Amino acid sequence: MRDTLSVLPLTVTDLVFAAGGRPLVDGIGFTLPKGGLTVLIGPNGSGKSLTLRLCHGLLTPTSGVVSWAAADGVVGGVKRHAMVFQKPVMLRRSARANMLHALAAFGLSRSERATRCAEALERFGLAGLAERPARLMSGGEQQRLAIARAWALRPQVLFLDEPTSQLDPGATRQIEEMLMALRGEGMTLVMATHDMGQARRLADRVLFLNRGRLGEDAAAAPFFAGPASPEARAFIAGDLVW
Amino acid sequence: MDISQSFAAAIGLILGGDPAFLAIVGLSLTVTLSAVAIAALIGLPLGALLALARFPGRGAVIVLVNALMGLPPVVAGLLVFLLLSRSGPLGPLGLLFTPTAMVAAQTLLVLPIVIAITRQLTEDLHGEYREHLASIGLTGISAIPTLLWDGRFALATAILAGFGRASAEVGAVLIVGGNIAGYTRTMTTAIALETSKGDLPLALGLGIVLILLTLAINAVTYGASRVGARFAG
Repeated sequence: MRDTLSVLPLTVTDLVFAAGGRPLVDGIGFTLPKGGLTVLIGPNGSGKSLTLRLCHGLLTPTSGVVSWAAADGVVGGVKRHAMVFQKPVMLRRSARANMLHALAAFGLSRSERATRCAEALERFGLAGLAERPARLMSGGEQQRLAIARAWALRPQVLFLDEPTSQLDPGATRQIEEMLMALRGEGMTLVMATHDMGQARRLADRVLFLNRGRLGEDAAAAPFFAGPASPEARAFIAGDLVW
Repeated sequence: MDISQSFAAAIGLILGGDPAFLAIVGLSLTVTLSAVAIAALIGLPLGALLALARFPGRGAVIVLVNALMGLPPVVAGLLVFLLLSRSGPLGPLGLLFTPTAMVAAQTLLVLPIVIAITRQLTEDLHGEYREHLASIGLTGISAIPTLLWDGRFALATAILAGFGRASAEVGAVLIVGGNIAGYTRTMTTAIALETSKGDLPLALGLGIVLILLTLAINAVTYGASRVGARFAG
């Protein structure tokens, strides 16, 4: 694998995304180095999901720059960042066909597709479900497939938009364990969540967003010990009370 | 001959395998299936394109296509007649009063149904898939094959609806085909003619075949939606 060519660091500068004249993401800037799990946390409507989509290239910023070390996060013609959504997007096909479809979209040869597909199904414990129509699998299985599908594309960076917010605690734990394993293997993870417990369990670094602005950018331990900004303190306190 | 005798004679025609009777049924199926195949070939990609494309006047095009679903068959027949008549732009081809002309007229009837339903289905599906497809690099028209394939069971329903419309219509094939015995006589034109001539067994026999055909179409449609549900969840 030619992983020597990195798309990281990702540098986001003065990112603005406005809709109807209202800035929903308002001047966010941060640098994402290689490795670790960065959590975007903040209340609903704080711009977490939009920021992920802007970084992943699904949305075009109104102004500001999303700059990868390699242009568009593409190395050797292959996009090296992937995304997993809150509600997993499952094609109306079997689990295996879902995986093969994404691999085909990346222009891989038939044999390479088959190899990576088998590998991903095995690794994420989906081999027994391979022929099951994806949309008939449980929510947890679907999200696992979504992560496996993204993983098969060999991304250096994986964006996750509240991947467990619709799952039960058991499935959530499974997904969290997978994410920890991926991080352990050197994949760079960026996850939006509003679940404080999850952020505490997983985060190496916290970006606290509030009303489209970056309220705080801190290592996880000091952030949870005592956030610098009053907004973050209020958010954590509110969460604890709730 | 009273009704029950006509009915018995009609059943006899169907079971007896009368060559003239079979020829009429065969021509009807050939014409309609050809028209549906051509309409699907053109209409599926065009409908998907209309679902994804954004251009000025798109709304008007969608309204127009939807309205054309209700195009009266006689008007479709008239349009093709004008095109193919000796003084029309395609007159030199000499296609008027041939099965080819009938296929053209029925294609015109089926095409708006296929385009309109494909457009609606593809647009809904794309709304659901858009972010994932964009994430793996399938934006714009490169998303169309995925959308058509995943919508295949619902789209089969659209095509069967088109088949139903074409197989039941009489106006278009009558105008451009001319109802020539043994050449352009279909089930519907034959029923219209034989009823007015008083040959009720033939009309009834063909009518029964048409109804069985409609039943079969609906059974297949139902089957397709059931199979589709297994994948769609």
